[in-house]
Amino acid sequence: MEKQWAEMTSDEKQEALFGRWLSPKDHEGNDLKFQSPQAAKAYKERITRLKDAMQMKTPDRVPVIPLPSFFPAFYSGFTPQEVMYDYAKCAQAWKKFVVDFAPDAQMGCAAPGSGKFFETLDYKLYSWPGHGVAPEHSYQANEGEYMTADEYDALIDDPSNFFSNSYLPRVFGKLEGFRMLPMLPGILEIYGVAFNFIPFGLPPVQETYKALFDAGAEALKWAGTVGGFDGEMASLGYPAFMAGFTKVPFDVIGDTLRGTRGVMLDMYRCPDKLIEAMERLTPLMIKLGVGMAQMNGKPLVFMPLHKGADGFLSDEQFKKFYWPCFRKVMLGLIAEGCIPFPVAEGGYNSRLDVITDLPKGKTVWMFDTTDMARAKKTIGKVACIMGNMPTDLLALGTPQQVQDRAKNLIDSCAAGGGYMMSNGAFFDHAKPENIKAMVDFTKQYGVYK
Amino acid sequence: MAADLANILADLKEQEALKIVKDRLGAGEDALKILNDARKGMEVVGKRFAESQYFIPDLVYSGEILKAISELVRPKLTKTAGTKKLGKVVFGTVAGDIHDIGKDIVVFMLDVNGFEVHDLGVDVPAQKFVDKIKESGAPVVGLSGFLSLAFDSMKQTIEAIQSAGLRDKVKVMIGGGQITEEVRKYTGADAFGKDAMAGVSLAKKWIGAG
Repeated sequence: MEKQWAEMTSDEKQEALFGRWLSPKDHEGNDLKFQSPQAAKAYKERITRLKDAMQMKTPDRVPVIPLPSFFPAFYSGFTPQEVMYDYAKCAQAWKKFVVDFAPDAQMGCAAPGSGKFFETLDYKLYSWPGHGVAPEHSYQANEGEYMTADEYDALIDDPSNFFSNSYLPRVFGKLEGFRMLPMLPGILEIYGVAFNFIPFGLPPVQETYKALFDAGAEALKWAGTVGGFDGEMASLGYPAFMAGFTKVPFDVIGDTLRGTRGVMLDMYRCPDKLIEAMERLTPLMIKLGVGMAQMNGKPLVFMPLHKGADGFLSDEQFKKFYWPCFRKVMLGLIAEGCIPFPVAEGGYNSRLDVITDLPKGKTVWMFDTTDMARAKKTIGKVACIMGNMPTDLLALGTPQQVQDRAKNLIDSCAAGGGYMMSNGAFFDHAKPENIKAMVDFTKQYGVYK
Repeated sequence: MAADLANILADLKEQEALKIVKDRLGAGEDALKILNDARKGMEVVGKRFAESQYFIPDLVYSGEILKAISELVRPKLTKTAGTKKLGKVVFGTVAGDIHDIGKDIVVFMLDVNGFEVHDLGVDVPAQKFVDKIKESGAPVVGLSGFLSLAFDSMKQTIEAIQSAGLRDKVKVMIGGGQITEEVRKYTGADAFGKDAMAGVSLAKKWIGAG
């Protein structure tokens, strides 16, 4: 089996992952039992529709996939705080969202995460409801320099050690003890072996491990509820959209290691170190995405794009710092049969020509405020595109306005396939009738004749 | 010599700029004059940003160079700069939202274009805007927000300004990733800005300096 995979071409690997997506398994590895013959039929129809659109063929109709942030919580009358602490409420709310709007794919209910888990480890990277933001608001990142400018060499020399001994203790208050962990390649011959284990006898490290055991137990509890969600939705006929996620190396450094300000200064002050660090992270980011696709048996790997949007970098900076490793990560995923799914928040108008340098039918791009007609004429020639239904329209507009916008999107993007209808940015607030208008109108108007 | 510092700062040559400042201070030059040259350089940076020659990283870097220059110059400063400001603007990211990148860019651009900006930071409660408007007498208010929750926070902030009897004394602009004319109508703001330059144009128009 192992050898067989290694001998496949990337096209065959992609087909194999689509094949596994088409035949979902339950948690024991047996064929999933659908709740009705109709559900089984709907599931297969949806996968076929998604696969055709993703591979730039013409499906029976335009797939429609509303991708929410905390909207399902609000729609069920829960606060973000409630769904982060009461996992059953989370699954219940996300199920209601899927069943009520009947999209062609759903994105699972893991996005809210576990508030208790974050508390257990004293997570500092984000503020979440009740911890820095109000119960009725979604979580938000705390920008900071979680890695200093003079730590590039430490990251480049040994990324895993940098993450465990430097980064994790900074973003989790309770992992303070990790600072004292030994360097593993020092454990070699019999001489001095025990020295390396002294840290595990010290109170700060033991405290950290106690916190880890508690956190692990909470994570299991959480996973027990949200982990079964995708299977249940599949048994009702709704495929889970994404297999997992990875990130662009520039964003790994610019989002949560150096921060926005830090990475921007590094482009001027230590460009070579920044590039070297991104090259070092590239194979790790490929491994992350491929691993999740293999484990979950689906091709789509989500890549949230942040610091490469219009205005955030000049064209030269995008081409020099952002795009090369971004492209390498995508090509690495594609080689293993995955379909990278970059989600370009903000505008990507100035990047469209650059990103079009990709193999055809191997990526899916979600755009937020980018001009979709231009996207169709550029990246749309080599990749499936989706997105752009505006947040303000979903939150404040009328169903008629949403419908008009959907018509406009289908008219300018759907010809020849390779297009899926969805919102532009993951949404917290929307009028339910507007989501319904987007889904129902697409199902009717988006049929290919 | 004087023109050099402005141009070199505008071209983002950090080491050269700092060397010139040190040399000029060493030669006993008036610290205020050096700072004025640096300000001229920052005006050029703002102009290049407005013309899409410069992008956010260039603003961040120029701000960093200016900070380093100020630190060198400050100990030698005997009197404070008396530059005349165009007018006052109260600015902040609205309650519930902790995003600051967009806000910081507009504040930067207002500052280099000659406005006196009272930056209240992020997650600013409506009352704090009201208090600052009263205290400063600023005729222009800027509300920033990245998340859709900011739609309601902006609306509530403008309502609070209204209840305090200040609505006809100020013009309110809003801005942020998802802000559109639709959101402007909902919040009751006077205008929305698509980018930092739009914010500067609005402030100039409202203050009568355009």
